[in-house]
Amino acid sequence: MKYIDEYRDPLLARNLLEEIKRKATRHWTIMEICGGQTHSIIRNGIDQLLPDSIELVHGPGCPVCVTPLESIERALLIAAKKDVIFTSFGDMLRVPGCSKDLFMVRSEGGDVRIVFSPLDALQIARDNPLKEIVFFAVGFETTAPANAMAVYQAAREGIENFSVIVSQVMVPPAMCAILSSPDNRVQGFLAAGHVCAIMGYEEYEPVAREFNVPIVPTGFEPVDLLAGILKTLELLEEGRSEVVNLYRRVVSREGNRFAQETIRKVFEVRDRQWRGIGLIPGSGLGLRPDFSRFDAEKKFNVTHICASESPQCKSGSVLQGILKPDACPAFARECTPEHPLGATMVSSEGACAAYYNYHRNAYSL
Amino acid sequence: MCLAIPGKLFEIFDENGLKMGTVDVNGAKTRACLEYVPDIQIGQYTIIHAGFALKIIDEEEAAESLKLWQELIESGAFQPDDDLSSADSL
Amino acid sequence: MTIAPACPLPLMQHETVQMAHGAGGRLSQTLMQRVFMPHLHNSFLDLLDDQAKLELPAGRTAFTTDTYVVSPVFFPGGNIGELAVNGTVNDLAVGGAIPLYLSTGFVLEEGFSLVALETIVMSMASAAQNAGVIIVTGDTKVVGKGQCDSIFINTSGIGTIREGVNLSCCNLKKGDCIILSGTVGDHGMAIMTSREGLSFQSHITSDCAALNGMIGKVLDAVPMIHAMRDPTRGGVAATLNELAHSSSVGIEINETSIPVKPDVRGACELLGIDPLHVANEGKLVLVVPADCSETVLNVMRAHEHGRDAVIIGSVVNDHPGMVVMRTVFGSRRIVDLPLGEQLPRIC
Repeated sequence: MKYIDEYRDPLLARNLLEEIKRKATRHWTIMEICGGQTHSIIRNGIDQLLPDSIELVHGPGCPVCVTPLESIERALLIAAKKDVIFTSFGDMLRVPGCSKDLFMVRSEGGDVRIVFSPLDALQIARDNPLKEIVFFAVGFETTAPANAMAVYQAAREGIENFSVIVSQVMVPPAMCAILSSPDNRVQGFLAAGHVCAIMGYEEYEPVAREFNVPIVPTGFEPVDLLAGILKTLELLEEGRSEVVNLYRRVVSREGNRFAQETIRKVFEVRDRQWRGIGLIPGSGLGLRPDFSRFDAEKKFNVTHICASESPQCKSGSVLQGILKPDACPAFARECTPEHPLGATMVSSEGACAAYYNYHRNAYSL
Repeated sequence: MCLAIPGKLFEIFDENGLKMGTVDVNGAKTRACLEYVPDIQIGQYTIIHAGFALKIIDEEEAAESLKLWQELIESGAFQPDDDLSSADSL
Repeated sequence: MTIAPACPLPLMQHETVQMAHGAGGRLSQTLMQRVFMPHLHNSFLDLLDDQAKLELPAGRTAFTTDTYVVSPVFFPGGNIGELAVNGTVNDLAVGGAIPLYLSTGFVLEEGFSLVALETIVMSMASAAQNAGVIIVTGDTKVVGKGQCDSIFINTSGIGTIREGVNLSCCNLKKGDCIILSGTVGDHGMAIMTSREGLSFQSHITSDCAALNGMIGKVLDAVPMIHAMRDPTRGGVAATLNELAHSSSVGIEINETSIPVKPDVRGACELLGIDPLHVANEGKLVLVVPADCSETVLNVMRAHEHGRDAVIIGSVVNDHPGMVVMRTVFGSRRIVDLPLGEQLPRIC
């Protein structure tokens, strides 16, 4: 596959690893923000190949994991309603609420459907004018343009039987929250390449300066990740707190301005709860007043629903890079993909699920 | 967080007033919204996420970084004939 | 008494299954005579008895059942009828049996197209003929609209186990080779990409096929094969995990040796699905003593369903019960059982 296979070249990967080993003079802690990168790192065993001096910690960049419990609970309530067709990316169906997930709602008669694109949900709304179609609009900046377009297009076409539960979050405020934490151990970041494809990397420059950390936007393939780690390491060794873009085939400094424009038309910045972490100011997006009629939480009057987490779940610490998944007392015991306590054990991007699937008993390998 | 996969655009069409296209991902063909890459030409590669083309892949930049990496291989510790799959070589 | 098969006239368009088709009355008879019998008739079914009376060859008998509920019912490369015959034939064959007889039970949803039903029945007839099995008894029920999804089919099968063959999931020994008959994920991705709502305009084709012919040739050449499975639901990953678990051995496979068709790989990448977790309906996993592996590969590669046969790994003493993959980079990771339904993901 063009633009994939070149970046899975084992020879290149091994030479990058050698360079990493050669250049690391001391212990460094690097966080990959994005859950997709975590998935790729664990799946390809990159963490096993790195020298002990490079510690990767896994960041909160998984929209499924950080969607607050109360959003899930509200989604479950709406999905169970008669005359509602609830649409979602496949990722959200197994995420546990307090006592159920969307699969269980479906098994109880809810009409829950998986879509690949938010526009598919809009098509279902066109095809079913007598039903209410609700789309679970989760995502980071990468998915925001797609979700925004569905709402924008619904308004343009006057599709009034369509609404969205918005759980949109943004990376830079989360990075700042992690760096401001007294427990922070992160010394450098791999920034999420596809988030930067939309937003560019300009907004990371002040973060790098303020917190004195190097930030390297990179891709998701093993070679991209290793090259990103190598670059972060070089910047750390040289004491340079800069943003260096290693995903140049996809990321530019300014990002995709067409996409940014639609995001701004439909959404405005809000404070946002992150599941397991808490409130991060200015870290989320909500519908602008012009589009508030597409707000499913208002339409179905569920804004009062609140919920609290299982005290056993340490996903907040995992998401902030303070705790490794297998250091959690519940890991692979009370908490498994079949019976998850928190969302990090559900999403294929969730650090706990990635550890469980590819890493469990790693010591015996 | 964001699975986005490269594909080659081979068809552009309009649907409900939106610029759409068909993208070939290694032989699997899927639809994608092209509203955010209005300048895209048939034959260009783009990355697809949630049914949307996010960005046209910059072929020159891709070739440039591959060239840099090729130099790394040429001066690197591992050469094409080495057994890379063996754990012993780690 | 025998009833001469009615002429297989094309059915009228827009004709659909009615509740009365399953009520045992005149419409039930019409359904038999117009849809089922023209295609399936044989000396057993023609008797219209409530049971088939069979003579089985001497030796041990294998008996299996499976129910097919695929959606969509028609998919690129096959339909539910073909699947129902081939799937049960394969379940017999991987146990070392020569498949002989099948039964079939239909659950039809009120309103299902009779033309579609006839197409499915025709596929079953030709699949049975290709596999050399006879459908000897059957049943049809109709349920109300919405009480099932178009059509469900159950098939059960009987076969005679070959002399001198002992295939079991518990037979794996250290050093055995794991052989895979061809590309993974074709059936599951054909189904997934042909579902509505996933924006695909794809032509990924299911690998649905009866494997008893190839299996027969393999067992003629090498009767001492240790185990055989058809990696259907859960894909090759689930099959290997079951084998490792049953025999309390470890299995190690090489990432680079797993064959995947380009378009299947493309669709898997796009939907974020591991091809090893995707269902196959015409593939075979064999565990063979290492010194027989070349012979087995040669026999398989000479057969249309085994052209891409390849050794994907081996049985090891380490990590009993677990399947581990060696990546192209030299690292290792666990190949786990998939967790339920494969879902397309965006992250």
